[in-house]
Amino acid sequence: MSGNMNLSLKVWRQKNAEQKGELVTYPVSDISPDMSFLEMFDVLNEKLITEGQEPVAFDHDCREGICGACSMHINGRAHGPNNGVTTCQLHMRSFKDGDTIVVEPWRAAAFPVVKDLVVDRSAFDRIISKGGYISVNTGNAQDANNLPVPKVDADKAFEAAACIGCGACVATCKNGSAMLFVSAKVSQLSLLPQGKAEAKERVISMVNQMDEEGFGSCTNTGACEIECPKGISLENIARLNREFAVATAASEK
Amino acid sequence: MSNSELFTSSIAKKYVMALTGLFLISFLVIHVTINSLVFVPDHGATFNTAANFMAHNIIIRIMEVGLFFGLVLHMVQSLILTIQNNKARPVKYAVPPSNDSSKWYSRSMGILGSLLLLFLVVHMANFWIPTKQAVFSGEEHNSFEKMKIVFAEWYFVAIYLVGIISLSYHLMHGFQSAFQSLGLNHKKYTPMIKAAGFWFAIIVPLLFAAMPIAFHLGFID
Repeated sequence: MSGNMNLSLKVWRQKNAEQKGELVTYPVSDISPDMSFLEMFDVLNEKLITEGQEPVAFDHDCREGICGACSMHINGRAHGPNNGVTTCQLHMRSFKDGDTIVVEPWRAAAFPVVKDLVVDRSAFDRIISKGGYISVNTGNAQDANNLPVPKVDADKAFEAAACIGCGACVATCKNGSAMLFVSAKVSQLSLLPQGKAEAKERVISMVNQMDEEGFGSCTNTGACEIECPKGISLENIARLNREFAVATAASEK
Repeated sequence: MSNSELFTSSIAKKYVMALTGLFLISFLVIHVTINSLVFVPDHGATFNTAANFMAHNIIIRIMEVGLFFGLVLHMVQSLILTIQNNKARPVKYAVPPSNDSSKWYSRSMGILGSLLLLFLVVHMANFWIPTKQAVFSGEEHNSFEKMKIVFAEWYFVAIYLVGIISLSYHLMHGFQSAFQSLGLNHKKYTPMIKAAGFWFAIIVPLLFAAMPIAFHLGFID
């Protein structure tokens, strides 16, 4: 078809967590501009399989931009050149015929490479397990007016809850910091009455786990906010800083 | 869990960076105000009176000790944080993260701070040590004359300008960043803080830069 592209892919190949990896160059041809970036990888993998080679391992699930599974660092940017999209929602029309595209896994001590482009993001799960939920009994659904929530707070909580935990913030941050993720997960609960009840213990234990996992600290460069596919705001990080100060100072433990 | 996270967690370390940074900024306000008196056209009489007051006043002397510890804490804490942050990404990217998503000076606070430290060594040798010697020997110290002598040399002017430019960019990020680290983010006040930080990072270094240049070109005598 006319308008289709020939590209040169430089993809990180690494057999497992122990072995050293390297960038391997693969030419791909006849790529439709309407394909998503992951579909282009499907084409590459089919070709590799027919040639008897090992396909490239990469994380993906919903391919609708809502699950947070895909995680590619494309030409130096998490989820590629466009803002506000995940890799699965990045389309090949964002590239030009003849382009060389470098694809790497997320790089962070807390996100070790499992294979090729797949990294282990269970550090995020362990942070969530330290209080990223509500354990008090909130009972059955009650009359909405019993729990007054100002519209502004509801909106802010909703925007924070948009975080899909993909790890682009960590991948982008020069310090490999998870502050944007943790701040979103703390904010989405602490802004609402049901979450406020346990807000103090939550912020302390989640931040402790974040430090334990070996994420870096926040130096307020703001890069995470730009690269976040869900547009999570730095305002959440300020809220996390604020709540952590109050909670630790008042903590009796 | 213990209450130690108020001091040991990564967030707490940033509180220390922010608080010591703001304390150092308050020192800059005093420093630039007193030193701007060199522009009073009375051959340094007003400036020397103020400088002598600062060199002998007991409250200022106590504050100076605090300033020293604040500076050391700011440097040590940043060193610890930098080492931890480097450890957080042991394998670097083949294509480094795009430069468009953040300002270069926000990513270069360590380098800018190190340049400032090197400048400080020269600066202390030029002015702080001679002042201290005069105070301890009980002599009258003429800071104005000392500035004349130092800034007659073009290389001192050059070193000071490099130090002052580093200061400007360090403040450009540091001023507003300190408030964010302390969790002081507000729809109404944050834009004001950012504007104040921007102009502070321009005006204070400009005033400082004007001194070596004016002395060197003979505008002040």
